[in-house]
Amino acid sequence: MNRFFKGAACGLALLIHQSFPAFAEDVTLNAIFMKQAAYSEDDTKAMAKTFEAANPGLKVNLEFVPYEALHDKIVAAQGAGSSGYDVVLFDVIWPPEFATKGFLQDVTARVPKTDRDKVFDGAWTTVDYDGKIWGMPWILDTKYLFYNQDMLKQAGISAPPKTFEELAEQAKIIKDKGIVKFPIVWSWSQAEALICDYTSMVGGAKGSFTQDGKLSFDTGGSVEAVNYMKKTLDDGVTNPNSREYLEEDVRKVFSAGEAAFAMNWTYMFNMANDPKESKVAGKIGIVPAPGFKGKAEASAINGSMGLGISAGSKHPDEAWKFITFMTSQETQNKYAKLSLPIWKSSYDDPAVTKGQEKLIDAAKVSLGVMFARPMTPSYPELSSILQKNIQQVLLGQASTDDAMTAATKAAGRLR
Amino acid sequence: MAPAQQDRTAWLLLTPMISIMVLVTAFPLLNTLWLAFTDASLTGQGYVWQWIGLENFAYILDDSDFRAAVGRTTYFTVLSVSAEVVLGVLVALLLNQEFKGRTLVRALLILPWALPTIVNAVMWRLIYNPEYGSLNALLTQIGLLDAYRSWLGDPATAMNMVILADIWKNYPLIALIALAALQTVPKDLYEAAIMDGANAWTRFWKITLPGIIGSLSVAMVLRAIEAFKVFDIFYVMTRGGPADSTKTVSFFVYQESFTYLRAGSGAAYALTVTAMSGLMISIYVVMLVRREKRS
Amino acid sequence: MRRSLTATILVYVAVALFVASILAPVAWLFIMSISDANDLTTIPLRWIPEQPDFSRYARLFSLEEGSAGLTFLSALRNSVIVAVSATAIALAAGIPAAYSFSRYPGRMPLLYAVIVTYMMPPVVLILPLYKVFSALGLLNNVTSLIIVYCTILLPFVTWLMKSGFDSVPVEIEQAASIDGANLFQILTRITLPVAAASTGAAALFALLLAWDEFFYALLYTSDTRAKTLPVAIADFAAGRATDYGLISAVGLLAALPPVLIGFFLQKSLLSGLSAGSVKG
Repeated sequence: MNRFFKGAACGLALLIHQSFPAFAEDVTLNAIFMKQAAYSEDDTKAMAKTFEAANPGLKVNLEFVPYEALHDKIVAAQGAGSSGYDVVLFDVIWPPEFATKGFLQDVTARVPKTDRDKVFDGAWTTVDYDGKIWGMPWILDTKYLFYNQDMLKQAGISAPPKTFEELAEQAKIIKDKGIVKFPIVWSWSQAEALICDYTSMVGGAKGSFTQDGKLSFDTGGSVEAVNYMKKTLDDGVTNPNSREYLEEDVRKVFSAGEAAFAMNWTYMFNMANDPKESKVAGKIGIVPAPGFKGKAEASAINGSMGLGISAGSKHPDEAWKFITFMTSQETQNKYAKLSLPIWKSSYDDPAVTKGQEKLIDAAKVSLGVMFARPMTPSYPELSSILQKNIQQVLLGQASTDDAMTAATKAAGRLR
Repeated sequence: MAPAQQDRTAWLLLTPMISIMVLVTAFPLLNTLWLAFTDASLTGQGYVWQWIGLENFAYILDDSDFRAAVGRTTYFTVLSVSAEVVLGVLVALLLNQEFKGRTLVRALLILPWALPTIVNAVMWRLIYNPEYGSLNALLTQIGLLDAYRSWLGDPATAMNMVILADIWKNYPLIALIALAALQTVPKDLYEAAIMDGANAWTRFWKITLPGIIGSLSVAMVLRAIEAFKVFDIFYVMTRGGPADSTKTVSFFVYQESFTYLRAGSGAAYALTVTAMSGLMISIYVVMLVRREKRS
Repeated sequence: MRRSLTATILVYVAVALFVASILAPVAWLFIMSISDANDLTTIPLRWIPEQPDFSRYARLFSLEEGSAGLTFLSALRNSVIVAVSATAIALAAGIPAAYSFSRYPGRMPLLYAVIVTYMMPPVVLILPLYKVFSALGLLNNVTSLIIVYCTILLPFVTWLMKSGFDSVPVEIEQAASIDGANLFQILTRITLPVAAASTGAAALFALLLAWDEFFYALLYTSDTRAKTLPVAIADFAAGRATDYGLISAVGLLAALPPVLIGFFLQKSLLSGLSAGSVKG
């Protein structure tokens, strides 16, 4: 009996709560973020605290998951209705999928028109799909070419490479002089990281992922990129272990002084310069990833992430308020040490650039040429197809032409 | 007790287990069964679906990637389970001998088993690390290996190296069960056999093995079921790579449902996997029953 | 039986090999946990760290807000709650069921049906159950994990215990039955004590299985209130600043509780298994 009354009272309270939202003073937002070095858990929590202090009555519940679990958790929560997330962090490759599946709310009307010009175009592509905007870019990231200044000097090389061809040549010199056994290290394990390096090169070869409106990987820049990857392996200038490495492995190898060149995200700059984590601190050079000779001066992959409002959220206005705060220039400038702001004018702000001038110089070039991975709702599957086929080439199991033809064919069958 | 009353008691005793299993798994199972005959995909408004009959299963029959995954999983299951059984029995025989410090050494069997799979996987990944791993360091320092190798980056070795990690963690369980079973084999049987002039080899096949085969087979079936749906260790160690060479069926089903959001065909794949595992186990059980009848 | 000297030497050599093969990987885990990040990336490998560094263990026992210690210790608490409760429920429901299968034959297909649920890839149950738990408000709550783990543990607790009961002679029960004991009394006072050791074995199996589970826990939990150890460990391993030493330390500490229980239960486990508890 008692329990029945309790239940009834709860139900009643719920009813009142829902029909008179004015009484609901406190709103709690559930937000999902990821564990990472740039905008670390502590930083994100501190940002949320500041937000809460400025907005009485609003509370933010933060959850942090590894990147590998982020997609799955967002997906699993879709069936969950109101107890799901209000604010979700999404990778640049997910908006087509999330938008077509109705996981995210269209926020085109919420974004101030005036902001369009103040933020990098590359950042906007992170949240754009189908002519609509699905969130605000938050983490603006791309892969740079890092080099070990000492090793280059030792080899008598005066300037870091401007093209991929030069990169291979310089690496050959360093290898021949016996400075380091395998001069270049990449993250070419069967994972998204491989596709990031590949995409960067396709961009650097001014290639394209579509032909006559269809996905295509067996011509032009795409083939040039894969051939280049394979050739550096055959010539012994790429560390063969790259084929099982992720970004963290690349950082470890480079920080241990076992490589002259490495492709990696922004975060490695400050970590490779930290003597506690690195044996090569203070010797780090950073430049935009090169392009192919005669095609491009530099290349970059769009590896950004955005914040969006989940379709099931009951508090879209509050959620947007939080997103606006998190992506504001003020917040981003304050935490610019490991993750650079999305706002153009920040890059001339001494408070942001101080101590990381080299990174900022590279960023100014790279962020302008960010190349996007194929935009398709079936991106996850397409990525699996590409990973498998490119790896087969790198492992010597298939020729570039065969593998990339197979990939194109499989992409055409995507359901 | 009267048969009717016995029957009632039997069901009464089963009630708690059945209620838990039905309450928790009935809805998901029916849901999966239904999904398998649709083209459902997950959206923000729940499942969007259409009835497509057996189309999913027809697709599976024709899917060479899935067949390859089944082949790999079978390889993993057969190799790891049989190695675990052989090693387990050998170690059990060894630990059944008299030697100083036996209790302590026996207790060591629990160590690999208690290490969470996630930790085991991370640990072996670090051991296999091509640059800083201890395996390369050890093998080159004792002269077995000329140059450092990429164990998990090479399709020729990746699967076997994961199997090795799995064996290390799971064979102690088999050893423990075999060791316990050894205690039940009557000592006088051995004495009689020795009197008859049987050598150690004969004694093992005629007395020891028949004495422990019952316990071993339950353990084997449980391990085989677990091995066939293996997921965690690959999720941490290789994520299916390199070039799909370690992509198992559970990983396949996981990708289909979670990464590609195709709930319908994901369910069909899952049912197929379950049926395969069931078939495999029942063949084994039938063989076992026949064997028992013969002896 | 007396052994020849050669045989004795062979036994000791084999035992030494066995001990080394078990201890070496774990020892390496320990070395990593006390080594500096730079020491571990030295070639040729430095086996013993120059300066052992136990700070990671200290970090794991600190209780400051937001510290690794808080994450670890709450995950430890959650894991203990989940594993112990799920095991207890699985035993409470599995023992009567096993007894029924053992003493009143003829319902074996039901047992096989239960085992089939154990063969399903977990992905099958994960999404539908996610919805159910979300509707009940049980997400990020240890209760939901306990419920799911019960269904994982029950099939094989039942199976193991059935073979355990099979080896207990019916005669001793009949004697008690003539004395007027009811079924409950017979089960708790006679059959179970005889099969006590097999119960211990089943309990340890169940406990370790629940202790180890990762995938459900990953999706159903979101913070320190419910995250279990495997999820916490995966968290430590994630993020683009992997501290292998910290992962090693957490891994070792996570193995400690089951190892202690195992050492403690070892005697009863061996005799329990030997009482025929896992005969087919």
